[in-house]
Amino acid sequence: MIGIDERGYYGEFGGAYIPEMLHPNIAELQAEYVGIINEPGFQREFQKLLRDYVGRPSPLYLAERLSEHYQVNIYLKREDLNHTGAHKINNTVGQILLAKKLGKKRIIAETGAGQHGVATATVCALMGMPCVVYMGAVDIKRQAPNVSRMRMLGAEVRPAESGSKTLKDATNEAIRDWINNPVDTHYIIGSVVGPHPYPDMVARFQSVISEEMKWQLEEQTGKPNPDAVVACVGGGSNAAGAYYHYLNEKGVRLIAVEAAGKGVHSGESAATSVLGTRGIIHGSRTLLMQTKDGQIVEPYSLSAGLDYPGIGPMHAHLIASKRAEPISITDEDALRAAYFLSRKEGIIPALETFHALAALEVMAYQPSDVVVICLSGRGDKDLATFIQHFDDYNR
Amino acid sequence: MTNRLDRLFAEKQDHILNVYFTAGYPSLEDTLPIVQALDAAGADLIEIGMPYSDPLADGPTIQESGMKAIQNGMSIPVLLEQIREIRKHSDIPLVLMGYFNPVMQYGEKRFFKDFAEAGVDGLILPDLPVYEYETLYQKAVEEAGLKMTFLITPQTEEARIRAIDELSTGFVYMVSNAAVTGGQGEISAQQTAYFERVAAMKLKRPRLIGFGISGHQSFETACRYANGAIIGSAFIRALSEGQDIRSTVISFVKNVREGAAAAAPSAK
Repeated sequence: MIGIDERGYYGEFGGAYIPEMLHPNIAELQAEYVGIINEPGFQREFQKLLRDYVGRPSPLYLAERLSEHYQVNIYLKREDLNHTGAHKINNTVGQILLAKKLGKKRIIAETGAGQHGVATATVCALMGMPCVVYMGAVDIKRQAPNVSRMRMLGAEVRPAESGSKTLKDATNEAIRDWINNPVDTHYIIGSVVGPHPYPDMVARFQSVISEEMKWQLEEQTGKPNPDAVVACVGGGSNAAGAYYHYLNEKGVRLIAVEAAGKGVHSGESAATSVLGTRGIIHGSRTLLMQTKDGQIVEPYSLSAGLDYPGIGPMHAHLIASKRAEPISITDEDALRAAYFLSRKEGIIPALETFHALAALEVMAYQPSDVVVICLSGRGDKDLATFIQHFDDYNR
Repeated sequence: MTNRLDRLFAEKQDHILNVYFTAGYPSLEDTLPIVQALDAAGADLIEIGMPYSDPLADGPTIQESGMKAIQNGMSIPVLLEQIREIRKHSDIPLVLMGYFNPVMQYGEKRFFKDFAEAGVDGLILPDLPVYEYETLYQKAVEEAGLKMTFLITPQTEEARIRAIDELSTGFVYMVSNAAVTGGQGEISAQQTAYFERVAAMKLKRPRLIGFGISGHQSFETACRYANGAIIGSAFIRALSEGQDIRSTVISFVKNVREGAAAAAPSAK
């Protein structure tokens, strides 16, 4: 069985490598999260919000024109149709309900591209809770529309000015805020990263993706299991949700698509499964990009959501144990997929998601296979990027 | 040979001054002159910070000094050489403070052995959890002859404080406040209540208070409730502003010990 042990390890990866200042908060979460999530009252409220507020279930859509082109049966799990336009809201709805049960009065979050920040600001508005979102000063500049959305929703966006001023630094600043506000604040981490119990907790909230996929596939194909599930992986939250109910189904291939930036070995990449080595980042023992001396390296991807130097411990374990197959996709491959696929199906997903779609170009499959791609988010936030490169790919 | 921390705590039980600085800052070769000046100025114990790209428990002053030190070329092997050099010139107790990832990359057991042989007396690894320490590393640390220090905070429960006191072989590091390093305010009544509560527990190990200790007044307050205190960010700010290392260090320590009345203005 694939899952965590009592100390939050997936095999050798995971744990809670945190300074003592965070111990009370983390210990409280570790002790409480499973019990709270499993309470019937919690589940009723969670399921109701997922249905009526988020708009679940999200459709599982047989993409016929894509299937014809690639000569395989392609289903798209439409997380882009959720409220706020990505899978991120599944987790923020769950965590804000949990924060309320724990009696917390204030919410903090980190964000890279801004999708998790928007999803957090949204649920804080919904629950009337004050919200501070940390975002790298560099990302604030390149993701301006999402910064405006967060402010519109009443959140305070605080620039992370330390280090390289991107997602990892926003995460550091959020952790420091939590150290400074240990009693009343809950930290909503947006991915399956961080100290135990976050990786497992976020995966549980995102597991609704594969839970729906099972019955939707059964309805449409007569079988609950596909031959492969494909998802992009930065920290890995949409992938964790899409894999969750298939982790122990050996017949289902799990394809993890990472951002290769300008090429895996170009020096400007975020392909952690290839370039990463064992170490600790943000409280978790996992694979990460680092120097020989153990300093964390700043990754690169055109997509701000995949631009993270680590990978969730679940994914490190799946890759190290060969349960998941990593594929690296460059900026160019993702952009090429963007222009091609938007016109094939009339859907413009996020740049992150296009990495998953581009995997169809390189992965092996049989014509009879059923392949589900997690369409993690919509592309509105990336329009400026798509338009900027439009002429290079549309001659 | 007796561990220098054991020797210090046997000789001295109050007003122990532990000064933190980041190795390789302001310049790569400043580590030795800073240690020599601190030794000459009358610091009791020196905490040498191993610079790290993502120091979660530290504020901007220490993070920026770490970034600069890394740019200067500081690394674990370079620091090891510098410690060997320091031991030709000074016998002051030395504790290494740093995040666990660089230790892992060097090789944990090799790290403990090499630094102990070079003359380090103790370790503070704030993001190494108690359980992982006990199950994976305690034996190797103790065999190397290093003393371990764990942190407690105002939120740490009594039973956990007792467990940490048992596990700490050097001193117990009392984080003064719910905050990252670098605070400069006055010490509040809430903080002194916490200091008193821990003092009344009669722990086995000496207690040193750190975080937010920035000068004479906060040092004296801390020393009323513990065996001594740790000054870090304020010292780094002084190093950043000072011209000559030796005179900066000597006047900084003098100010902490005796008060700033007759000397330069404090870091505020």
